[in-house]
Amino acid sequence: MAKEKTKESLIHITKRDTLPQWKSWLIRIISIVVALIFCALIIVLLTGENPIRIYATMIQGAIGTSRRVWGLLQNVAMLLCVSLAVTPAFRMRFWNIGAEGQVLIGGLATTACMILLGNSLPTYLLIPLIFITSILAGAIWALIPAIFKAIWNTNETLFTLMMNYIAMQIVSYFAYVWSVPKGSGAIGVINGSSQAGWLPTIFGQKYFLNILIVAILTIVVYIYLKYSKHGYEISVVGESENTAKYIGINVRKVIIRTMLVSGALCGIAGVLLVSGTDHTLTKDTAAGRGFTAIIVSWLAKFNPIYMVLTSLLIVFLQKGAIEIASVFELNDSFSDIITGIIIFFIIGSEFFINYKINFNKKEEDK
Amino acid sequence: MKNVKKILAVLMALALIVGCFAACGSKEETEPAKKETKLKVGFIFLHDENSTYDLNFLNGAKAACEKLGVEYVIKTNIPETNECYEAAADLADQGCNIVFADSFGHESFMIQAAKEYPDVEFCHATGTRAHTEGLDNYHNAFASIYEGRYLAGVAAGLKLNEMIENGTEINGTVVTADNAKIGYVGAYTYAEVISGYTSFFLGARSICPTVTMEVQFTGSWYDETAEKEAATLLINKGCNLISQHADSMGAPTACETAGVPDVSYNGSTVEQCPNTFIVSSRIDWEPYFEYIIACVTDDKAIDTDWTGTIATGSVVLTDVNEAAAAKDTQAKLDEVKAEIEAGKIKVFDTSTFTVDGKEVTSYTADVDTDENYEGDTEVISDGAFLESNFRSAPYFDLRIDGITLLNEKY
Repeated sequence: MAKEKTKESLIHITKRDTLPQWKSWLIRIISIVVALIFCALIIVLLTGENPIRIYATMIQGAIGTSRRVWGLLQNVAMLLCVSLAVTPAFRMRFWNIGAEGQVLIGGLATTACMILLGNSLPTYLLIPLIFITSILAGAIWALIPAIFKAIWNTNETLFTLMMNYIAMQIVSYFAYVWSVPKGSGAIGVINGSSQAGWLPTIFGQKYFLNILIVAILTIVVYIYLKYSKHGYEISVVGESENTAKYIGINVRKVIIRTMLVSGALCGIAGVLLVSGTDHTLTKDTAAGRGFTAIIVSWLAKFNPIYMVLTSLLIVFLQKGAIEIASVFELNDSFSDIITGIIIFFIIGSEFFINYKINFNKKEEDK
Repeated sequence: MKNVKKILAVLMALALIVGCFAACGSKEETEPAKKETKLKVGFIFLHDENSTYDLNFLNGAKAACEKLGVEYVIKTNIPETNECYEAAADLADQGCNIVFADSFGHESFMIQAAKEYPDVEFCHATGTRAHTEGLDNYHNAFASIYEGRYLAGVAAGLKLNEMIENGTEINGTVVTADNAKIGYVGAYTYAEVISGYTSFFLGARSICPTVTMEVQFTGSWYDETAEKEAATLLINKGCNLISQHADSMGAPTACETAGVPDVSYNGSTVEQCPNTFIVSSRIDWEPYFEYIIACVTDDKAIDTDWTGTIATGSVVLTDVNEAAAAKDTQAKLDEVKAEIEAGKIKVFDTSTFTVDGKEVTSYTADVDTDENYEGDTEVISDGAFLESNFRSAPYFDLRIDGITLLNEKY
């Protein structure tokens, strides 16, 4: 009897019933607090700095001046835009990790319009044309893996990933073709004097329009996913392709249509980054947002409204971390460590929300 | 639909908050950067200390600021996008009197910030547009690194001669006067790199007359794998000595593994490559930083284009690694250096090289950065190509005989 008992593990894990909202949020908040305490320990051990000062510096770095607040909001908007783009595909269990490339191709289309047509078209034609071509470009870049998936059932994760590298190389190529001075490999600011094809400045704030567009997109995507027939079809395909087929949903069509939406949204992100922010194109224009967006979308459980919070959290951490690196003269990798730990704890907390850990009581043998 | 209404309400509240920020934001920005009693310098670097290129700037910046007792703020890993403008503006907001950026692609964003903050001095290394932009507070800087490269080339030539004399075997082949060949790992097929490898080659050929050179480009300023592969390719193609214009340890480590002598760039690699490292040329930025700080302190104008030289201490060579270099390298280097300083040796002396078999007597280089990428300035005078004379950044882009480009990367 006793022998058998020792074979049984000390703990076992069971799936929880759905927790009440307040409880699951409590767990999330606790996890962030624990993460901050853990990070404080790491900070003291590795650098000997005062952790309170480090956190104060982080906050200062993220929202310390009005310029920083705008920078924060701008970065949140850009990350959120890409996150919105990947979400419809994710809800369909189509792992589109090619957002980076789709954004770049969208940005490339924007750049092409600005350079080739900047001097010949009036603004009221140029800006809509930029949006149309970039949305098409992003959509086509997403359509290619979608067609392969729909018809030949290829692995979309690998396919979309590889498409990123192709996009980067294409962008590098054009960065040379259009480089100023020739051969330097950097395009520099496009139409710097005429500002042709630049998104207009509203209320004296150059990022305002970007933020506004993304705010509208957030609502549109939320409604699209939650209340439209398309959104419903996406959810069904995501749950089970067989169910979808059984109730008469054309799965191929849904896959292709949803990826077109994903790519189109990435195309918009490309416009906002090139025409609305950088006014130039490099292969770093997307700045890894295509990948960070995956975390943002997952953390928010594919809910566009929660994604506002998760992207804010991640950008806040990034901005704060850069400031730590600058003020305390720590290497940037250190701030990545902090960000990594905090995100790790947040993801970890989802485990405790979904599962319960039971300790096997030994009292019975006694 | 209830939810939608709720969300709309939240978003409208958000918009209000954003609007408030906008209102107070514009007020703050119009305020000029306060002139503090203590000078403050802000630095923007493309990478961090893991890149030899940025480390070189980083060391110069810290040394200059600590020597002159000025405050400084360093921002590392700033990409060549709008982030650079944000970083520059943020440094100006913090009260920096001087903002400096170290990477070529930062230039347009520095100009953007310079226009917005007329009371702050913006200085940019390797850029080309200060002399045409017409801003009082925007400046370019570079150094006549081609003189340093020429000297490093002399050290390479001495090593090649020694190997020929001793019949040294490199990668299974005995080095002779006929097969003496330098391999060069370049970043981009761009004037700065072309100027660099040509001056290095001319330095080597002034000592070892039969030497030729092959150049392999990587298409990146910093790509450890690509640089290692390029160096290995060059070694396998029979190059007996390697040099580079790219920022990682890729080429030096490939040389150490293969036992091929190496002239590195941007600083000594003797610790990692004790058996193959000969010497390295680099730009010491400390004199420039001291110069701009002094200018602001004394309320003097900073040069629109500043070119550091051997004389200003901006172009320096590291210690020669006796274990790998030819005998008496240091003595010869001192001799040539003195001749360059005295003006007796001109690096781009047109009698020392030919293009398509002919001596160059006239050449218009693309000095002004404008929409037409054409030559706009005559740069040959008195039997020499006047490098870094009309602007600080190099513009020598002639393809001289004796150098073969294996590929081109932009």
